[in-house]
Amino acid sequence: MTAARLPRAGDALKQGVLLLAAFMALVPTLFMVLTALKSDEDHAINKLGLPETIVTEHFRSVLIDSPFLAWMANSFILVAGAVLLGTIVSCLAAYAIACMEFRGRDTLLAASTSLMAVPPIVMIVPLFVLYTQLGLISTYQGAIIIYAGLITPFSVYLLTTFFRTVPKELFESAHIDGAGHFLILLKIVLPLSLPALVTLVVVNSLYVWNDLLIAIIFLQEDSKRTLMAGISVFQGRYNNQVPLTMAGMVIASAPMFILYVTFQKHFIRGLMAGAIK
Amino acid sequence: MNPSSRLTPYLYVMPLLALLAFVFGYPLIRIFEFSFKMVRGINGPWIGFRNYELVLTQSLFWESILHNLQLLLAIPAMVIISLLVSILLYERVAGWRIYRIIVFVPFVLAIPIIAVVMKRMFQFSGPVNEFLRWLSLDFLALDWIGSSDVALWTVMILIIWRESALGIILFLARLLSLDESMIEAARLEGASWWQRVWYIILPQMRGVIEFFVVVSVITMLAAVFAYVFVMGGGRGGPGTSTTVVELYIFNALIRTSLPGIASAASVLLFLVSVLLIFPLFSARRRAREQEG
Repeated sequence: MTAARLPRAGDALKQGVLLLAAFMALVPTLFMVLTALKSDEDHAINKLGLPETIVTEHFRSVLIDSPFLAWMANSFILVAGAVLLGTIVSCLAAYAIACMEFRGRDTLLAASTSLMAVPPIVMIVPLFVLYTQLGLISTYQGAIIIYAGLITPFSVYLLTTFFRTVPKELFESAHIDGAGHFLILLKIVLPLSLPALVTLVVVNSLYVWNDLLIAIIFLQEDSKRTLMAGISVFQGRYNNQVPLTMAGMVIASAPMFILYVTFQKHFIRGLMAGAIK
Repeated sequence: MNPSSRLTPYLYVMPLLALLAFVFGYPLIRIFEFSFKMVRGINGPWIGFRNYELVLTQSLFWESILHNLQLLLAIPAMVIISLLVSILLYERVAGWRIYRIIVFVPFVLAIPIIAVVMKRMFQFSGPVNEFLRWLSLDFLALDWIGSSDVALWTVMILIIWRESALGIILFLARLLSLDESMIEAARLEGASWWQRVWYIILPQMRGVIEFFVVVSVITMLAAVFAYVFVMGGGRGGPGTSTTVVELYIFNALIRTSLPGIASAASVLLFLVSVLLIFPLFSARRRAREQEG
């Protein structure tokens, strides 16, 4: 009797703990969405509850009266540019490291991998001084190069590990057929590594999209602001208009949220791989 | 092998070398040079250790370091929360797939966004305090954002909230690679939940826990800029109560235009991160060995 009841009590406790964890994980999101839908008056007297009536006015004013969409476009350009550049550079290097013999190969991999542990802030000062001199502050290409550089050590590490698992016989038979290295990389290695590539693109896009440090230092001009840098400015300006601010945050988090819910499998795999960083 | 094919590998790694040399190599050499110069604009005269003297005798710098060190206190809480949640997810408690999607959410949301939201939640007249008063816990209804005694602890709550999601992700990945037969055998032998966790699961997770701790130490010392920048209103406020070393460097470079000072602080931070690279790599190696 007791033996049968005990596990059930344990299960209830486990359910309770997970429910609490899930609730804590979601509370800020719930607060953000519910508050964004309230009118200012409603929010003033009712901070915890559901909106009295659903108000979408704040979303309209964020989208129309603020440069939110322009910031998003900037972030998107940076993500696309940096992830593309970083991935191409990393694929080429990882292929050489995993599939060719050359002097300094292991040193290169070790050096590149150890750069993962260097905090980005350390590189900021000389790059900022150099960029000021070259007129690269507030340019897309300047920021894209930095982002591409920052995401590359992890990408090379992940891709090298993955490329090494591609069976050697495949290369050899391709070699005999007269295929060059580039063709092998393009036609054999990359298609076989598609899962790793998707994972990598997910992790790196998330990094660039979410970054504040580089964005705030290297893209100072208003027209070049990224979403994250824009938000930091935006929230100070509308300090006491909480529902309006929250509407902005809902819009800002929507792209990644939608991607996460749609591609959860890739995201979860990507997050798990990215965590080993 | 003909000469051209001997050069081929270098052709493939050339772009990588160029990119890393520019983004990491050049700055890492220059911060050392700048740290011994009085840089105005783009260059300046050598001044020996003056920058270091200035940095090391400034109380704000030491206060910043102290704040980074205080953030280390978040790590035990992160480890315990992550362990608990990941083990329960691993046990496939009913609805675990949904729970997994939900508990990863904090890591998907960008830090600036979540910091803006949390700042509103923790305002003196905000929902958190309203909730605490509703529970008759008025003494806990602190001025979470506006009081310089409390502000850094509020930042810490935010950090625990988000970085625990990383721990859950890491630990769950490790748990999913465990050999289940041993846990099943222990269950059949009548081992309680605690016994199974303590004697069978935790010893096998030592590697990944160590790895998470080292990664978190690096985060707390050198990667909390986005948290404090937004929570502290861009200035590490109120007063200087949430200033950290990264913000100190940022202020020296951008607000007061003293690249020499910023470089000296960067060099010190870099040396700390070099010291941490070795534990990081050995923890990573151990974590992987345990997995293999």
